[in-house]
Order: sequence, then structure tokens, then C-alpha cells
Amino acid sequence: MLNRGRNIEKGRVITRRMFILAAAKILLFAGISSRLYNLQISDREKYEILSDKNRIREWRTPPQRGIIVDNFNKVLASNDRVFQLHLILDEINDFDVTIFKIKNIIGLDQFQIKKLYKKKERLKPWDTLVVSDNLTWEQFSKINLYLHELEGAKPVLSTSRFYPYANDLVHIVGYVGDASPKDLEKPEIKENFVPGLKVGKYGIENSQEKMLIGNYGIKRYEVNASGKRISQIDYIKERQGDKVKLTIDIEIQKYAQELLKGKAGSICVMDIYTGEVVAMASSPTYDPNKFTHGINEKDWQEIRNNPLKPLINKSIAGLYSPGSTFKPLVALAALEYGILDPNKTIRCKGHKHPYELYGIKYHCWKKEGHGYMKLRNAIKQSCDIYFYEMARLLGVDKLSIIAKRYGLGTNVLGETYNDEKNGLVPDTKWKRRVLEQSWYLGETVINGIGQGYIQTTPLQLCLMTAQIANGGYKIKPHIIKNDSINYKDVINKIKLDQSNFPLHTRNYLDEINIDYYKRMYHKKSNVNFVLDAMFGSTNEQYGTSYKSRYDDPKYQFAGKTGTSQVRKITDLDRELDLDTEQIEYKKRDHALYVAFAPYKNPRYAISVIIEHGGSGSKAAAPLASKLIKRIIDRHKLREQFNNGNTSLA
Amino acid sequence: MLRERIQASNYSFLDKLRSIDYLLILLIIAIGSISVFAIYSTEGGKFSFYTKNHIIRLSVFFSLFLVLSFVRVSTWYKNAYFFYFIGLVLLITVLFFGISASGATRWINLYFLNLQPSELMKIAVIICFARYYHRIQSSDIQSIKFLIQPIVLLIIPCYLVIQQPDLGTSILIAGSGIAIIWLAGLNIKYFVYSGLLLLVSLPFAISILKPYQKSRILTFFNPDRDPLGAGYQIIQSKIAIGSGGFFGKGYLKGTQSYLEFLPEKHTDFIFTLFSEEFGFLGSIILLFLYILLIYRIINVGLVSRSFFAKLYCFGFATAIFLYVFVNIAMVLGMLPIVGAPLPIMSYGGSSLLSIMLGLSIVMSCKIYSQEQISAY
Repeated sequence: MLNRGRNIEKGRVITRRMFILAAAKILLFAGISSRLYNLQISDREKYEILSDKNRIREWRTPPQRGIIVDNFNKVLASNDRVFQLHLILDEINDFDVTIFKIKNIIGLDQFQIKKLYKKKERLKPWDTLVVSDNLTWEQFSKINLYLHELEGAKPVLSTSRFYPYANDLVHIVGYVGDASPKDLEKPEIKENFVPGLKVGKYGIENSQEKMLIGNYGIKRYEVNASGKRISQIDYIKERQGDKVKLTIDIEIQKYAQELLKGKAGSICVMDIYTGEVVAMASSPTYDPNKFTHGINEKDWQEIRNNPLKPLINKSIAGLYSPGSTFKPLVALAALEYGILDPNKTIRCKGHKHPYELYGIKYHCWKKEGHGYMKLRNAIKQSCDIYFYEMARLLGVDKLSIIAKRYGLGTNVLGETYNDEKNGLVPDTKWKRRVLEQSWYLGETVINGIGQGYIQTTPLQLCLMTAQIANGGYKIKPHIIKNDSINYKDVINKIKLDQSNFPLHTRNYLDEINIDYYKRMYHKKSNVNFVLDAMFGSTNEQYGTSYKSRYDDPKYQFAGKTGTSQVRKITDLDRELDLDTEQIEYKKRDHALYVAFAPYKNPRYAISVIIEHGGSGSKAAAPLASKLIKRIIDRHKLREQFNNGNTSLA
Repeated sequence: MLRERIQASNYSFLDKLRSIDYLLILLIIAIGSISVFAIYSTEGGKFSFYTKNHIIRLSVFFSLFLVLSFVRVSTWYKNAYFFYFIGLVLLITVLFFGISASGATRWINLYFLNLQPSELMKIAVIICFARYYHRIQSSDIQSIKFLIQPIVLLIIPCYLVIQQPDLGTSILIAGSGIAIIWLAGLNIKYFVYSGLLLLVSLPFAISILKPYQKSRILTFFNPDRDPLGAGYQIIQSKIAIGSGGFFGKGYLKGTQSYLEFLPEKHTDFIFTLFSEEFGFLGSIILLFLYILLIYRIINVGLVSRSFFAKLYCFGFATAIFLYVFVNIAMVLGMLPIVGAPLPIMSYGGSSLLSIMLGLSIVMSCKIYSQEQISAY
């Protein structure tokens, strides 16, 4: 019985303990349930996002770059079809073997293979390696032939930037290339970047990136844990970049470039009313297409080491003393300030009796001297002595106001080119501030013939000429077509204004910044005087560019030559009086020429600079003459086209 | 005593059929069917290797369960120590002749099945302890002499299993053993003291752990420590379960599993897959089925007359609870990742075999519930 009692007690203990355990189990199961509730109901959204992040991967697809066209809608930068070879890395078992096979098929050199291995290291295992982004048709068809042997290889038809006018436009349009870390910092690139996308490196391609780049597309794929694409879920199409239209006339540009062949220099052509840059040639030049797929070392060195510096856009980044092309502006300044009566006579006695100031001698370029000169003749024959005296009377500060007002000393195209130079128009304040020296009168004297501190770009000289030629009105130069300006209105406004009455306010002469399409002159007659003198310089005997004239009034133009010294002329040089060909290239003078055409009812301004070309009348003016004919021949077409009649192009 | 034995042997077959716990069988069939669907889903909705194997094993072991249910409970009682002994021999065999996979040596190749003796040991320990405490008088239970023996009996297999290494199974074996010691009525103070001792020795225990075990434990406390390495499993598991929401992503639509983000989805992480596809609702229903299963097993223990049957049923119920709890808590990120399958649901022959074996003993307890077992 005792045993039985014990057994009952034992049974009770077991049952009691079982119930305690059961209670604990219920508690723990409740814990699990609440955890499930937490994960699946409270935090559901968070985990859903994480799950989608896991399974959905986005691939950005590159957009097509916007095209660039000229004034006549001729395509200057297009997207051409190219043949590429891509490798899908996660489909490849043995990378070495695949590369070896590809090497044998398309012929890669050791350097390229090394580059591919480096590139591969930076990629994720599910990424795509671009083996070549520009295969020839032959290579491409060979790859297709052997495709069954190449795991993971994918021949791709893609597009890449192409410049049909290659060398003729590189300084204006620029080129594209792979984005550098610095490029990626720019917001417009950062926002729209897709690996492998080419971005603008220079010129319009660079500065108009925002317009041209477009928006990438998005392909969403469901992927598995190892990153393999399972299915496409979504595809947002990419948007091509916007078209950029330039004011350039490619025919004139091409011709200008041709005229500069073999020389270093620049030619700029501008519409004197609208401010449209019609041509902006710089020589020597190079092929932008070479940069699209990465230029090879040899070509790069060749461009870089060329002593004529093809990489510099001489039209906006080349700085030159304007030389005698500055004289019309000096004359205009002197007249505007009433410094000098144009009938004042000064005698130029030649090298034997030069102009003297505080014991320093200033020579005219003409050895035998010009004799008695009045202002018109001094401009026409480019007499330095007359201008020495005039500049002395005028003073550098007044001259600098007029020079700045007419477009010298600040960049012309604003933000369009980041390499455009401002040039320099010196005055006494500038010298004190920058050089911390006081101004010498001698410096004023040589400033009067466009030498000394003054530095201008060819495009500035073109703008200066344009703004004198249009009667002294401020224009807004640009190279990107601006449809918001009504050109007809602008032209009419300027042409109809041309008011004769003088402005008597003194302040008006001190103002550098004038509103666009407003008059800059003080007296109309002063501008007309200078224009007439420039006419004489080209179309009358003894004029410096008389040989380049046209007698046909349709083509008749007026201009001013310039010869800018690159070093100080010594007495020895004067005695030797060598021809241009006899002087070492680097020491030869720059040849300059500015002109506007046609003389009656002018429309275009042109500036020509030939580096180390010798005299302006021999080296620069004939080129301008040839180009002016072409410009005027095309004027009607341009006019009609700009007025909306596009069928003529 | 003699009368009772005669009485027991006189059960007619009809009596036996009548006393079968049909609800228990129904529950086994229900969980078994769910497991087939789940395994089918791990293969992305293709009827291939795992699904086929799982169905074959389920039907074979379920039949085995039905047949063994009619074995007298006294037979289990008599052979309890023998089972334990066989389990030990198998564990030692593994130590020398076992086959390895992913760094662990846990299996014996039986040609038709890779047997995992540690799984069988889970049941053997329960039977062995049930028998041990069946005959001990309640007054003797508290004495050190009778306490030493079960502790030694527990430490040997646990040590052997840890050597494989398999921390998870070893903990589960120890857990079931301790549960029976508790049920038998050992004074609570022992549990409290040993619990405190465990806590104190924890730093020391961690220092002797294998590096991968250490990293698992560290990862448990902070899964983001190594999101692509040790923490990957738990992070992906939580994402899968959490993204399932209330109704789940739908059958065969669990993106986490079919896109292969889930590791070991047909074994330890089968609950994750199920929960991703069937959501909170499905998970709770599955959990409820397990609770019912445990309840039925306890119920058998309650109606059994012998201490052996009671101890076994309560012990086995606790063991099932432990397996379910450890597995689910693990995939929910509440416990460190230790290899612990979900009973019946997880793919794996040995685990299924041991569960079915254990359930057949429960059923035998039910059929022979009136049988008194005298101390042999």
C-alpha cells in the first residue's frame, strides 16, 4: 500500500511538472507568434522593400546624344552606327580562354588585353565588359561567324558620336570622350550618367552638355541571388538629348579652314547686326573623331607636340596685339572725344627723323615716310606717326573706354567656351593695380598703333569691326542659334535708328557697358568718317589692302590691315630690312586684317590673323578678300533660310 | 500484477483499433501534406528529386509508424537501454566511419539512406530516461546517486554529437533529457543552481567554441556584422518572412526562395519558405497544427497508466516543442543559427525517421494505455 501511495504521489508530481512545462511552451509559442506579427504585419513594408531590392535590379540604358546642326540644319555632330563587342561576364566560364579566342579573331594587342583585364577587375560579376566599342565591319562579321565558340560574347549594334566635318569644326563643336571623375562632378552629367556614356570634353559638346546629354532609360530585371537576369519587368525608354543649332555656315567655315591650310591662324566671320558667328576657323586643326573611342598615344603626341598648337582655338583663346587693325578705333575715340580735328596735318618723315618723346624714338613702319598726312590718309595708309601723336593727345584711359565699349578686353561668347580669353585693354588704373607701376606716356604712344600691353582675340577684333560697321551699335555675339531674338526687328531697329544728333552728355562717353542694340557712338559723323577711311584703305590707291579690293560694288569691302610685332624691332632690323621669308618663323610678324562687306549696306565683319605671316596686306587681306566673295554669294540663301524658307538649303 | 499482464495481452485487434488516436494520425497526415507542398515549392514547382524523395520517405516512414504503433509499449520499455546502446554505437561509428558534408561528419552511409545517428539519439535518450525514472521511487530521485547516472548518460551522446560538430542537435538531446529529469520531479533548486552555473561558465564555454560557431553567435546578436557572410542567412530569412505579409506572396510565388536568396530552404529554412508564401495566416495555422500535435501527445501521456508511458509522452512532447521552437525562433532571428530541422516539414530522412519512430511509441502508449509495466 505504501508503494501504491508513493506511486500516486509520483504520478501527481509528473503531471504537475508537465503542466508547468506546458505553460512555458504556451508562453514561448506566444513569443514566436508575436515575433511573426512583428515581422509580417508591423514591419511588412520594410521587408517588402528589402525583398524587392533583392530581386529587382536596374540597368540604365544610355541615351542618344542630341545632334548639332549648322544654320542650314546640316548635321555637324551625329550619332553613327557602330559595331561593338560586349562580354556578359556571368556567362563566361573561363575568362582567359574567351579573351584568347577573341584576341585571335579580332586581333587585339598586348596593351589592349592588359586594359581589358584592368577594366574587368572594376566590374561586378554580372556586369558587361565592353571589349571593343568600335569594330570594323570585317571584325564584326568575323565575330558573328565564330559566335558559337565564344561564350558570353555579344555583338552589339550601337551608336557613337561622329563628326562628318571632322577637322573643319573641332574648335567650335569640340568632341566627346569617356567621363573623368571631374566630369562626373558636374550636376548635369551626374544626374544622367550611365557607365560607358561619352560626355562632352570640349567646345559646344562640353558647354551644352545639359541640352545634349538626354535622359537615360531604365530596364528593370528580376534577378536571382547570383545576379543572373531572370525576366524583364519594366523598361522606361531613354530620351535623346536636344538638338543644338549653331549660327555657323558650314560652307563658309569649310572654306575658311581651307584658306588657313598650312598656316597657323584664325578667321572669324560675324553678322554685324544679329551678332551671329558665321564662321570661326582656327588652324592648324585635328580630327575630333579620334577622341570618341579614346585617342591612341601616337596621334595624341602628334597633336600635342605640334609647334603650331592645334589644340588651341586661336579665334577665342589666341591672344595677339591688334597692331594697325586697332587704328580705326583709336581714330574713332579721338574724334568722339573731340581731341583732334581730322584735317590736322602731321608730317611723317621716315626712319631718319622718327617721332620723339622724352628722348625715345618711335618709328613708322614705312622707311621712307608717308609725308604730310591728314587723319583719313593716316588710316588709309596706316601711318604710325600720326597715331603716335593722336594717342598722346587722347590718353590711354579715354582710349580704353572706347576699346572696351566696342568689345575688346572681355570674352565675346560668354559661357559658351570655357577656354575663351578676355584679352587685355590696358589703362593707368590697370597698370597700377596689376603691375604696381605708374603709366608712361610712351606706352600710350605705342598703344595707339595697337602694340604694347594690349591683347585681343581674333573674335574680339571681328566684333569690334562689326560694331563699327553697323554704325556703332552694340550687338550680342553668339554662336548658338537663339530663336528668341527676332532678327528682322533687330536689323530694322539698328538700320532705322542711325540717329544723327550728337549726345551732349559727358557721362555717355564714360560709359563702357551699353545695352544691346543701342548706339555707342557720340556723333554719327565720327563713325562714318572711320568707315570711309577704311573704304579708302581698301579701295583707293596707296591704301594698304588696295590689291585685295573688288571693283564690283556687290563684293566691295572696306578693311584695315595690321602687322603685329612679336618682338621689339631694333635699329639693326631696320637697317637689314629683311623680307618675311628671310626671318626666322618664330620672329616673323603676325599678319592681321579686319574688314566689313559689302561696303554699301554692310552685313558681315571679318577678321583674319595669320601667325607669323608677315604683313597684313600680303598675308591676311587676300584671304579675307576670297572669303568675303563666298560670304556675299551665300548671303541671300542665309537670309531666306533665316526668314523661314527652309526649302532652299 | 500478473492479472494486469494477462489483461493487457488480451486486447482484441478491434480494441486496439478503437483506441488508436485518430486525431494524432490526422495531424501527422496534415503536416506531412503541407511539407510535400513546401518541398515542391523549394524546387520552383517542379516535381523532381527532393519532392520525390520526400514523398517516398514520408510514405515509408508513415507506414513504419502505423506498424510500430502496434508494438507493445512494454517491448519499448524492455529494450530502452538497448536502443540507447545502439545509438551510442552508431555515434561512435560516425566518429570513425562517418561521411562528411560541408565540414561536419554526421552521417553513416546505409546505401538507401544516409543515416544521422544523432537524430535517432534524440529519441533514444527519451526512451532511456523514461525507463530510468520509471522504476525510481520518488524519494530516491533527489539523491545524488540516482542523479549522477542520467547525467552521465546524457553527457556521453552530447559530447559525441558536439564532436561531429553539431551543436544544435546536441542541445536538443540535452534539452529532452533535462526535460524528463524535470518531469520526474527533481528538486527545482538543482535546475536553478545549474542554470546559474551555466550562466557563469558561459564566457568559458564560448572560448572553446569553434570559430564558425562563435561567428554564428556574434552574428545572431548583430546580423549586419557580416551581411554577405555569416549574417546572410538570417537577414535573407527575415526579409522573406517579413515580405510575406498577412496572406503571403502566394504558393510558388516566394521570390526570396525561387530566386535562391534563401539558403538551405528545404531543410532548416523550410518554415521561411512556407511563411513567405503563406504569410502570417499560414504560419499561425502551421504553428497551431504543431500545438495540437503536442497537445495530443500530452493527452496520450495523461491517459496512460504507466510512468514510463507518461514520462515518455511528456518528454517526447517537450522534445517536439523544442525542435519546433528552436527551428522557428532561429529562422525568425530570435536564436542563433544552429542546425535544427523542423519536425516532419524539413527534408531529411533521419529526422523524419526519428520523429515517426517517436510518434509510433506515443501511439503504442495510447493503444496499450491500460498496460501496467512492472519494474524489471
